[in-house]
Amino acid sequence: MAQGNPATTMDEFMKGLWRENPVFVMLIGMCPTMAVSNTVINSLAMGACAIFVLVMSSAVVSLIRKLVPKEVRIATFIVVIATLVTIVDYVMQYISLPLYQALGVFIPLIVVNCIILARAEVFASRNNVWLSSVDALGMGVGFTFALLCLGTVREIIGKGAILGIPLFGPNFEPWSVMVLPPGGFFTLGSWLLFFNWLRERRARKLKKAE
Amino acid sequence: MSNTPAAPKAGQPNSLHMIATLGGVSFLSGFLIFFAVQATEAGIKQNKLEQLRGAVFEVLPGAASSQAFAVEDKGFRPVEVDDSTPGMKKVYAGYDESGKLVGVAIEAAAQGYSDVIRGIYGYDPAAKRVTGFMVLQSSETPGLGDRIGNDPEFLANFFSSDTSKDTISLELNADGGSLAHNVEFAKNGEKSDPWQVEGISGATISSKAVVRMLNNSAQEAVPLIQAHLDQLQKGTS
Repeated sequence: MAQGNPATTMDEFMKGLWRENPVFVMLIGMCPTMAVSNTVINSLAMGACAIFVLVMSSAVVSLIRKLVPKEVRIATFIVVIATLVTIVDYVMQYISLPLYQALGVFIPLIVVNCIILARAEVFASRNNVWLSSVDALGMGVGFTFALLCLGTVREIIGKGAILGIPLFGPNFEPWSVMVLPPGGFFTLGSWLLFFNWLRERRARKLKKAE
Repeated sequence: MSNTPAAPKAGQPNSLHMIATLGGVSFLSGFLIFFAVQATEAGIKQNKLEQLRGAVFEVLPGAASSQAFAVEDKGFRPVEVDDSTPGMKKVYAGYDESGKLVGVAIEAAAQGYSDVIRGIYGYDPAAKRVTGFMVLQSSETPGLGDRIGNDPEFLANFFSSDTSKDTISLELNADGGSLAHNVEFAKNGEKSDPWQVEGISGATISSKAVVRMLNNSAQEAVPLIQAHLDQLQKGTS
């Protein structure tokens, strides 16, 4: 198995981060995106867990892709992913109990995060270990990037703070709805508007250049 | 799936192969999880213990050391903090530098908005007042219900140091068998009696859960503590 030329590798990575960003472009993995992106620290922790599970599961799936009969592949992938998530669940309790309590039910739910199963099915089961890992890392970083975009805005407006540090002094009345589910939709909508505007503008420029 | 007609034999799924694959993967998975649990179990227990220990000092301002006691019919028996005999109820006595009893921390729980809320509160037997309250575990709505754990105005119901208001009073009635007044809920800004907890507007259900938690637990624990105060003094074990 070739390591792939650097250009392809970089391309696989950047694809997840930007061109095919799971949240902003493909609009998958919405449940954890809405639920945990209410503060920066939650976004970071969820992102880190997702990256770990994504990269590991993609690598494992890619490794066993030729041994698994295609009729049971989805079931096998789910077992692999669920195992990794269970391990993350325990490790997280071990590392930080308060953070674990903050993320609560969303850790076990990484199992059903579409992004992870989608990468296993669409990419890792058809490509070598190296490319699959790079692809997974790109998608994971893209997911984390999106969570941070949402988390930063929601924490600043909804709690008047960033990373728990107050920004505006005691007279600021936090706009609590932003840390609640509706705020997730507002923020996501605004970001989608912004990114689509960027994309269209770039497309128009390209057209003009031609 | 494939458009070309499959060869009759080669295309047939092999059940044995499928069972072996799934079985093998599951077996490995079980093995890995077993190791993960083994490796983290002690640390997780330690974390929970540390959280509890921190909470005891948090709700008993002025405490320098603490001792766990098991609650029994006849009173209190000193136990190790990490003693986890099933069904055992524990309280934590806190002592100041000179060894004087400053208060007792009591764990309590009540049904909140989304799940059971576990909390711990401090009780000062001399002043007959609550000395602090902390949420140990809750899954209340972030930004609304979870304010029972961090809203300064709400916590001022329980901590006396940072406000001129008195904390919740837990006086016993004449025969010492129960509280003279139930711990009650009051709307924000409408507190009139010392046994009322001023709730958070927008988090009424969670505030009321805290009130219920305090009342149920105090009705049981406070008479017992007052009756067996001598057993909780330092060095009586």
